[in-house]
Amino acid sequence: MTIKPPVDDFATDWDHTDPQWVANPYPIWEDLRGRCPVAHTDRYGGGWFPSTYEGVAAVANDTENFTSRTVVIGNGRPGEDAPPAPIGVAPPISSDPPFHQIARRLILPAFAPGPVNALEPQIRELCNHLLDEMGAGPNINAGDDFAAHIPVWVIAKMLGFPDDDRDLFREFVHIVLEGVDEPQEQRMVSFQPVIEYIERQIEDHVANPRDDLTSYMLNVELPNGEKLLPEHIFGTIILTLIAGIDTTWSAISSSIWHLASHPADLERLVNEPELMPLAVEEFLRFYAPVSMARLVKEDMDYLGCPMKKDDWILLGFPAANRDPAVFENADQFIIDREVNRHVTFGLGIHRCAGSNLARLELRVALEEFIKRFPKFELSDPAAVTFSQGQVRGARFLPLTVLN
Amino acid sequence: MKVTIDAARCQGQGRCFGIAPEIFDFDDLGNGVVIGDGIVDDEELKAKARLAQANCPEHAINIEGN
Repeated sequence: MTIKPPVDDFATDWDHTDPQWVANPYPIWEDLRGRCPVAHTDRYGGGWFPSTYEGVAAVANDTENFTSRTVVIGNGRPGEDAPPAPIGVAPPISSDPPFHQIARRLILPAFAPGPVNALEPQIRELCNHLLDEMGAGPNINAGDDFAAHIPVWVIAKMLGFPDDDRDLFREFVHIVLEGVDEPQEQRMVSFQPVIEYIERQIEDHVANPRDDLTSYMLNVELPNGEKLLPEHIFGTIILTLIAGIDTTWSAISSSIWHLASHPADLERLVNEPELMPLAVEEFLRFYAPVSMARLVKEDMDYLGCPMKKDDWILLGFPAANRDPAVFENADQFIIDREVNRHVTFGLGIHRCAGSNLARLELRVALEEFIKRFPKFELSDPAAVTFSQGQVRGARFLPLTVLN
Repeated sequence: MKVTIDAARCQGQGRCFGIAPEIFDFDDLGNGVVIGDGIVDDEELKAKARLAQANCPEHAINIEGN
């Protein structure tokens, strides 16, 4: 890992991997909203961070001036190396219109509420299996032994990849999302096993077609009657693996972290299970895991900033969710908040395709967890760690089960 | 009260049919659709329709009348 100079002023030198930002970004964003709604940095080749709901919404809805061809900020500008829009490396998240709509329509039916809700009994069974393995406590690890496993299992099932490879997936997700500090060359080397693994799985599906998302993509035809290009299939698998795992894992673990440190909320949720749908939306708002990136298409003045071609935009959906201009008592977690127009799953044409799945996993995981452990607390608040990069969530989460 | 969804704005965030499944459903892509003609008379359901409108991140729900 390269040693980077510490951030002096986040308004002019922001870095989403800075230890201060990783540990607790909320005061930083509040400060930025107050004095410079769009922060700048020279790091990563240059970039901007809109800290308000209005700024985030403007960029998210503007596919004329911004491209999605690279959505994870890396060291330096992607330049000509990044596969060009419209397809991009992981369609449809990395695609721009008009190809975006074609790629998105292909996968949306698989993630619509109908097929997703059918997974509920299996997710519930999985949660209970994990809880059985964790034992009765008093010391449990709700991150590594519970939250992390749920989305890994769900995504492996959707793609039709072997259950036994779950630990491998988690390693891949780590490589792709938390390795943003690595030099580009090292990143390519780290990526190699991920590429080889997915290619092996695709080959296996070609030889042995079955009823899953991978076989579906191998068979489906575009509106012009053509099959998907191999790089399209590969890219969508990468997307499903990366976007579907540590995002939901983070939402689950951060929600449990909240309940462990706010006994009144835990007690209320245990006693009033009908609150769960509202609570889930507030967990999603308050601990939104995901920030996405865009690239500026051409030099322009935008939101009052002199943006240059290929500058990064960090789309801070979690920051937008804390904007007091849109949310009453934005900095307070209100478990029965009724009006909650959060943008945790993004806005506009790139709305998270897996949002129905994420919501289901979060709800079922929390229902089963608090049913099994109605009272618990953090074993050591200072020991809890958070992931760095564009997906934020509790990682090491040791809890003590109470009687 | 008449409830409609602006299909050009809806992105399938899923809030409406989560909050008011009596009024909203989803299509094969997961986008929101209004059930039937969208006329809501019941006061309790009207409140749910307004709540769904207030929670839609895409501002895709329109309500005419009270």
